[in-house]
Amino acid sequence: MAGHVDALYIFLLIVTGMMALLVFVLVIFFAARFRHRPGVRAEQIEGSTALEITWSAIPFLIFMVIFAWGAIVYFKERTPPDDATEVYIVAKQWMWKVEHAEGQREINELHVPVGRDVKLIMTSQDVIHSFYIPAFRIKQDVLPGRYTVEWFRATKPGVYHLFCAEYCGTQHSGMVGSIVVLEPAQYEAWMNGGSTGPLSATGEKIFAELGCSTCHRSDTQGRGPNLHGVFGSPVQLEDGRTVTADENYVRECILDPGAKRVKGFQPIMPTFQGLVSEEQVNALVAYIKSISTAKPGNAVEKSRTSASTAAPAVRENAQPDIQRNAQSKGSQVR
Amino acid sequence: MPTAIPQPVERENYLNKEYGVWSWLLTTDHKRIALLYLLSITFFFFIGGFFALLIRLELLTPAGDLVQADTYNKLFTMHGMVMVFFFLIPSIPAVLGNFLVPLMIGAKDLAFPRINLLSWYLYVIGGVMMLHCMLTGGVDTGWTFYAPFSTSFTNTKIVEAGLAIFVAGFSSILTGLNFVVTIHRMRCPGMTWSRLPLFIWAHYATSIIQLLGTPVVAVTIVLVAAERTLHLGIFDPKLGGDPLLFQHLFWFYSHPAVYIMILPSMGVVTEIIACFSRKRIFGYSFVAFSSIAIAVFGFLVWAHHMFVAGISVYSALVFSFLSYAVALPSAIKVFNWTATLYKGSIHYDAPMLYAFGFLGLFTIGGLTGLFLSALGINVHVTDTYFVVAHFHYIMVGGAVMGYLGGMHFWWPKISGRLYPEGWARLAALIVFIGFNLTFFPQFLLGYMGMPRRYYDYSHMPEFQVLNVLSTAGATVLGVGYLLPMIYFLWSMRYGKPSSDNPWNAAGLEWKTSSPPPTFNFDEEPVVTWEAYNYDELDAPYKQEVPVAK
Repeated sequence: MAGHVDALYIFLLIVTGMMALLVFVLVIFFAARFRHRPGVRAEQIEGSTALEITWSAIPFLIFMVIFAWGAIVYFKERTPPDDATEVYIVAKQWMWKVEHAEGQREINELHVPVGRDVKLIMTSQDVIHSFYIPAFRIKQDVLPGRYTVEWFRATKPGVYHLFCAEYCGTQHSGMVGSIVVLEPAQYEAWMNGGSTGPLSATGEKIFAELGCSTCHRSDTQGRGPNLHGVFGSPVQLEDGRTVTADENYVRECILDPGAKRVKGFQPIMPTFQGLVSEEQVNALVAYIKSISTAKPGNAVEKSRTSASTAAPAVRENAQPDIQRNAQSKGSQVR
Repeated sequence: MPTAIPQPVERENYLNKEYGVWSWLLTTDHKRIALLYLLSITFFFFIGGFFALLIRLELLTPAGDLVQADTYNKLFTMHGMVMVFFFLIPSIPAVLGNFLVPLMIGAKDLAFPRINLLSWYLYVIGGVMMLHCMLTGGVDTGWTFYAPFSTSFTNTKIVEAGLAIFVAGFSSILTGLNFVVTIHRMRCPGMTWSRLPLFIWAHYATSIIQLLGTPVVAVTIVLVAAERTLHLGIFDPKLGGDPLLFQHLFWFYSHPAVYIMILPSMGVVTEIIACFSRKRIFGYSFVAFSSIAIAVFGFLVWAHHMFVAGISVYSALVFSFLSYAVALPSAIKVFNWTATLYKGSIHYDAPMLYAFGFLGLFTIGGLTGLFLSALGINVHVTDTYFVVAHFHYIMVGGAVMGYLGGMHFWWPKISGRLYPEGWARLAALIVFIGFNLTFFPQFLLGYMGMPRRYYDYSHMPEFQVLNVLSTAGATVLGVGYLLPMIYFLWSMRYGKPSSDNPWNAAGLEWKTSSPPPTFNFDEEPVVTWEAYNYDELDAPYKQEVPVAK
């Protein structure tokens, strides 16, 4: 990513440098050439529509090139690859808490292997922060009450700065850390130490402890929707809207279940706002993801079938989904 | 070029008509109110500047050793709040605009002289509230007071600072209202829209923004206060609010506010360039309408402050595109100013040096705006020193250069005295060099990744060299700003008396005496000529322009 940003940056340096040079050279040249001389009067010139159009149109075209190029880079920065390794980040005044899907936890440090896409799923416990890695040219604000996402692929082993870039209070400048990029072998070694089991397993435990599983059963008999196969699929809501069950949707359903209730179910779920920590929400999200790893391609198919039958259709589709995904996972390994 | 003529008997003018404190505090004369504003904004400028100097001193070394973290956070917050709301926004409109708008259009005063006085009092009340807030603890949120930090977390005086800005905001709204009505209703016979000085067009556009934009920040402040004191859930997600809503509301005013600062400055520079090139402005109507275009498009680009805040990629796309649209009228202005120089007869007096400085700094500020509007680059450089450098180039390099240029240009009219030309040129040079030395290194720091609002960068000592340069530049810049204040004060007593039109400039303000009488003109002027009729002023059959150098 850094390469794309730098290429555009250098292009802009050249283009704007030439524009600035043009203006400065003309101003200095005119100022010197047409300086006041006794007896010589200024020549009055009204203006020229042709010139005005020229010097509006040419900059506008240049602007549009910059705009389009900038937009393309931005889309790349903002679209994490589907198969990226997921890491959960919880920000708080004034530290970064990191949870790997495999269960490792870190504070103010993030270990990643070189050459692998890493997707950060981030939220804040208190105020707005911003996860900024200058060397990778990426930054994303981290907000309380929702997830934001950022991704990167490190290309060189080393230790890189991590900064909080959104002012967040007294120790804002102390909210710094490092991104440690390791060779794959070193990374494996690092991963083998200090895990408490995968994040999704922690989530499964919490799912059982909080009694979620009494309503969200893995058959069609529960008082709440069966959550197998839900993640990544469209869900029809009681109010007629259809939303895609992404991280933010799952999170909202846990903390504010009434807001986007699935069609066909009673509003009986209590809120878990204040009862679960950000880390526990992350674990629950990871668990719900792990029992339904639907791909966007499948989601389109399903939206066709589920349009009329709503939520129950999701349950029926759960089984084939898991199989399909098992296959696609296999192909990734290969 | 200025001419000094001996004035044996002083005419009655707005300065010597009445004496005594009450003749000032109860005046409804727009010129006296302008001077009241001049005193008060200069006071706040030096307070804000003092904070800036402390910030730069702290950043001289990587460790946080001069002040505590909390103190530093308050310093940059108060620097921003004071400079934006109590210096930059009132600067040119409330001082030069107040003084010149009626004079330039041939009116006796503004449309609502008492409201004009009221707006100064509102400014002073807001200012006193802000001073009280600063002296009793201050605020540590940054001038942007982002929620939920400002509404639910900080324990500093948000509500009090917000109220100060709220009150001062009404001062700004009333000034804008006064200008709009005055420009519509009070033009003297023959002063058609197409004969208006471009300074007036710029102030007209500015006033529209003040009228339409400022109420939105007032609403935002009320909502912040409501969430903070009554715990209504508006911005804090824990109370059911949306933190992005705050940013939308805040920038809906605060982005156009940048144009409140820069448009009047563009107006000043236009007048100066025309006068010291002895030429009609190239493309008058394009320069006039580009001011209106900036005011209109300026309202449609606020979310370019939020490209990494969590807005959707498609909304980012729209705001990036519109940001390029708003850049275009500014580019058109720069090209027209440059073209005006062509085949001119250019004088290098201090106001023109400031105008050249403005051209250089504003061009750099504008072009770096293209970097920030490019989505892919914005992600990397937003909230770093790149942004700090960019907006200082616009708001200090652009706006303050124009303000100082205008103060020099119209000082003979305001005070009836000439300022010392040699010192003024020296000061212009010092300001230009000091400014670039302060802020250019910050572009490099930003691209290297130094975030804003860090008081301690001991984790990244590689940033120190550029910070030392920047602090050195700030010292030079400080000297450059002190000089004009000293010699302006000096010239009020010791300066040579000025003739009515020392620059032989076009414009009605030069057709009355210096300083002007209370009601501006002895008889109502009738305009029969186009704006910037320098060909007629310099016509050979007229008296040769006296040059005193």
